[in-house]
Amino acid sequence: MPRRLSNAPLSSSPPTPWPSFSPTEKGGSLVSKTSQKASKIAHFFSTSPKTKDAQSAAAALLAASKAQEQAFLASGTPMPSVPSLSLPSISLSTARADSANMDEPPTTLFQPPSPAETRKLAKQHAQFGPLNSQSHRYPSRHQGGEFPDPVMDEPPYYYLLTTYISYLILIIFGHVRDFFGMRLKEDNYRHLKARNGYAALNSDFDNFYVRRLKMRINDCFNRPTTGVPGRYITLLDRTSEDGNLHFNLTGTTTETLNMSSYNYLGFAQSEGPCADSVEEVIRKYGLSTSSARSEVGTSDLAVECEQLIAEFVGKESAMVFSMGFGTNASIFPALVGKGDLIISDELNHASIRFGSRLSGAMIASFKHNDMADLETKLREAISQGQPRTHRPWKKILVVVEGLYSMEGTMCNLPGLVRLKKRYKFHLFIDEAHSIGALGPRGRGVCDYFGIDPSEVDILMGTLTKSFGANGGYVNGDKATIDKLRVTNAGTIYGEAPSPAVLAQIIASLRLMNGELIPGQGEERLQRIAFNSRYLRLGLKRLGFIIYGHDDSPIIPLLLYNPAKMPAFSHEMLKRKISVVVVGYPATPLISSRARFCVSAAHNKDDLDRFLAACDEIGNVLQLKFSSGVAGGAPPLAEGVTWELEQSRKRLEKHDKVAKSLVHVPRWSLDEVIKRGVQDVKVPLR
Amino acid sequence: MDSQEAQEYLTNFVNVTSTQFHKLPGSAIFLRYVKSSYQDDPVRSAVELFLVLFAIRYLLAPKYSTKPNYVKLSEEEIDDLVDEWVPEPLVAKATPFEDAELEKRPVIVGPSGPRSKLTNGRTVTNLASYNFYNFVSNENLKERAIQTLRTYGVGPCGPPGFYGTQDVHMKIEADIAAFLGTTACIIYAQAFSTISSVIPAFSKRGDIIVADKAVNYAIRKGIQISRSAVRWYEHNDMEDLQRVLAKVTKEQAKKPLTRRFIITEGLFENVGDMADLPKIIELKLKYKFRLILDESWSFGVLGRTGRGLTEHQHVDAAEVDMLIGSMAGPLSAAGGFCAGSDEVVEHQRLSASSYTFSAALPAIAAVTASETLMMLQTQPELFVQLKENIRSMWTQLDPRSDWMYCTSTPENPIMLLTLKPEVVSSRRLTIEDQQQLLQDIVDECLAQNVLITRAKTLPAGPSGAKTDVYVPSPALKVCITLGLTKKEIEKSGIIIRHAITKILTRKR
Repeated sequence: MPRRLSNAPLSSSPPTPWPSFSPTEKGGSLVSKTSQKASKIAHFFSTSPKTKDAQSAAAALLAASKAQEQAFLASGTPMPSVPSLSLPSISLSTARADSANMDEPPTTLFQPPSPAETRKLAKQHAQFGPLNSQSHRYPSRHQGGEFPDPVMDEPPYYYLLTTYISYLILIIFGHVRDFFGMRLKEDNYRHLKARNGYAALNSDFDNFYVRRLKMRINDCFNRPTTGVPGRYITLLDRTSEDGNLHFNLTGTTTETLNMSSYNYLGFAQSEGPCADSVEEVIRKYGLSTSSARSEVGTSDLAVECEQLIAEFVGKESAMVFSMGFGTNASIFPALVGKGDLIISDELNHASIRFGSRLSGAMIASFKHNDMADLETKLREAISQGQPRTHRPWKKILVVVEGLYSMEGTMCNLPGLVRLKKRYKFHLFIDEAHSIGALGPRGRGVCDYFGIDPSEVDILMGTLTKSFGANGGYVNGDKATIDKLRVTNAGTIYGEAPSPAVLAQIIASLRLMNGELIPGQGEERLQRIAFNSRYLRLGLKRLGFIIYGHDDSPIIPLLLYNPAKMPAFSHEMLKRKISVVVVGYPATPLISSRARFCVSAAHNKDDLDRFLAACDEIGNVLQLKFSSGVAGGAPPLAEGVTWELEQSRKRLEKHDKVAKSLVHVPRWSLDEVIKRGVQDVKVPLR
Repeated sequence: MDSQEAQEYLTNFVNVTSTQFHKLPGSAIFLRYVKSSYQDDPVRSAVELFLVLFAIRYLLAPKYSTKPNYVKLSEEEIDDLVDEWVPEPLVAKATPFEDAELEKRPVIVGPSGPRSKLTNGRTVTNLASYNFYNFVSNENLKERAIQTLRTYGVGPCGPPGFYGTQDVHMKIEADIAAFLGTTACIIYAQAFSTISSVIPAFSKRGDIIVADKAVNYAIRKGIQISRSAVRWYEHNDMEDLQRVLAKVTKEQAKKPLTRRFIITEGLFENVGDMADLPKIIELKLKYKFRLILDESWSFGVLGRTGRGLTEHQHVDAAEVDMLIGSMAGPLSAAGGFCAGSDEVVEHQRLSASSYTFSAALPAIAAVTASETLMMLQTQPELFVQLKENIRSMWTQLDPRSDWMYCTSTPENPIMLLTLKPEVVSSRRLTIEDQQQLLQDIVDECLAQNVLITRAKTLPAGPSGAKTDVYVPSPALKVCITLGLTKKEIEKSGIIIRHAITKILTRKR
């Protein structure tokens, strides 16, 4: 692999505080290489990384190469960071890098990359951004102590009121249009009315909601894409002439910064060790296993994959399935049945609800992440027994998610484990979003909280998100999994995962556990943790209302007013950034939101660009209405420790200090970017 | 002194409150209302006062449980009960048969082509994979898959609604719709989960489903989730279907119109035979039902170019309201689809949970499906050859075996062989006995280097549920492939036949 060779000198560069970083990740561009060197020298000359001095020192030393100097000064970031290709126009254009070096004889050791190599690199960087600086890494780990519930900030009443009024207007308008439409344009409403002896195929409120409310903003959903959903994602442009009923592709594409895909560890790549291994497996194994797992669909790849997953998650055994939704839909009927009780978090994913309903067990729910409510429900369930008969429940299964995809909150695992010891229920955690994305070793919530996975009975997860593959897995004790293998519908009827998908899982897991290219997995993990904290803190400081826990890579930004959903999405698209906006019914009616998914493939430049876009849009759309209770404050003053601060807060809470004392965060963008890198390393506030 | 001060204070207070009260918007109206109503009608004022007091009392009353026969327990009693409660283990212990099944599960090393290598090092003739056209090891398809990998990566990393819809997904949707002749099509990430989501997307509580008794597990689960009222008709019995439809229509005549569906399969997963589509269409039109047809096992197999049951029985696919198929079997890709009218398809994009809440299909699978679909259309000889291979196997097994017969139609490349009823009744075999016998046959075949399998099934519903009306008879599954010559098929057929005879004539 020429890529690895060309980068060899880089990976041996000594003064980095981090012991390892991977050759494939590092930008091999001429610009970034030299300026990395520049900053090294700068470090050498100035004891503190004061940037201005560093820049001039570097500039003086590197006067020989004009292009590099320009690039360095143009970067403009006050941190000793490396300017690199960042914007989606893939600024690493061959012209710039080449021409600078064609004019003058090379005075450095670097050979300019050939145009072909540059193109390849550009493609690679569009999928996985190069790391600007080794300081942009952070291990994701619970800091110990009580796991705090995230503070839910609320906007001024004005926004809540206007939100309700907006919905009211939309609904009234919708009904007026329906009233006249059904009389004047009967053809368009044919399928909504009973006719010819057939009842309407769909005519309930959902249908009204979709036609009259969602249709207005339909262009923000189902946007077609092409290529790899990596750091950038290429959208197919489309237009609509009939109010979003039909779309016409214009034939052009737009490359946007991808803040929407669940590509947590950045494994959505068409190059690199994973893709290479997938190619090899396709050549060797073909396209499909053409059978269900229980019949003859089990290949040696599947067995290997299951062993790797079990080792990675830290359980004895694992099963792998071809679809994440299907995993949940088919596992619950095998676990519980009549006479059993499922106690489920109220915000659990649709697949869990689907599976629970199929199981025939009784279903109760508790308030999102509320351990006190769960305990009340447990006490009631155990003491009252089954309804009417009062027989004790055969067993109780508590079902939670590791990381909630719309809220960005994590489950309170320490609390759950404590309750589990007392109330003897079985615990099922759906790690669809948390596996790979959380914990110092990426092994999900157990890893994050430093809790032994054996405390949890079933750890389910998906391979779609962090690992860039497809499908789901279920982990448990060997005896449990062996029984489940012969009793769950997914293994018996569902098609086995294809060899290509299995190969992707295997390769990405090997990367994460360090068997392939040691250090790369660690870099990915630390980058996503840094990125999550950096963006979250930045958005909070700008004044947005953000939900969720600090280390979660899912960052919901609250919009409230329904009209702000399309506005936000369009404004972002104008700035070539793709984001997800969600409203009712995926969220409560009033709290429409935009949801960002941070990835290890992003670098700080991407996040700064994104923060700038949010800042502008936030001003235009009046989205900065946080009160400061949920964070975004400046770091602690010198000499004040975190513990001191915590005890002060407790006291304040006890004395009911007025909210007015809380500082309202409305930082300027420059300040946010300037302070960001240092402040994410300390506990956020 | 004190009383004077107090009086002063009181007057002051009253004055201040009254001025404050008068400043409130609407206070004048309130006062006027109270005054006028008091003057005209003191009884009314008294009633209103009583109501206000009652409301206050109600709001302040302690909460009580609305649950029936709720037993009030003290905290200590609850603690005791919690201590006493012993839950069952999460899963029951595996039975010896289940253990054996897991142990005997074959693991294929390398590609699952017509000749597969197992972990024990033996190379066997594979008559168990759904590799009918041997697309699995097709070099052109592999090249296309690798090209796709190099452009799209593996997973789309998101649900279709949130940037997971790729151009290749739109292409395969258009390809299937054009192939079948429907206006639209939607693809799902797993074939098995497709119909379980399609049914509840349309049929809700209060709607009526009339379904064949022998429908597969996924359909049953879909019906269960939909909470609709379900009526069953005898397997493939059109007279019974007509009877049930007439009965439903009669019963519902006076009630408000609800959605009604007939659900059946093209080739039945549990039996292997074929539905009588023209008759069903006729009945559905007569009784105003909609038809959901699961073609998971017939799409890509039946008909002159593999369009499925509709082509085989000369019915326009557009007559079927929702046509569900699989891209995992004959097409050697992955995922499922539902074809139908624009309204049917667009409705699913938001309401079918396994579409909305699941990640999209990997691009590689979508491209493979597009390619294999094209190959089926351009190479009609594939179907001719497959039929010949099926016939070779059929002649070796069905007419010649004293013990078993094939329940599949002669066009079905998946041959389901069940024990003849007289064998079952004369030996008084339970379902478990039959399964054990069939497993022995499978093992015996494997010893002779022929890999076949047993149709594995689950009980259809949670124990005691009403869906539990049909138990598929245990069957051997023999899947025919084009990857083997006629000679090889015949030879394997003889081995299977001998294995059946050997197991069923052995002394116990």
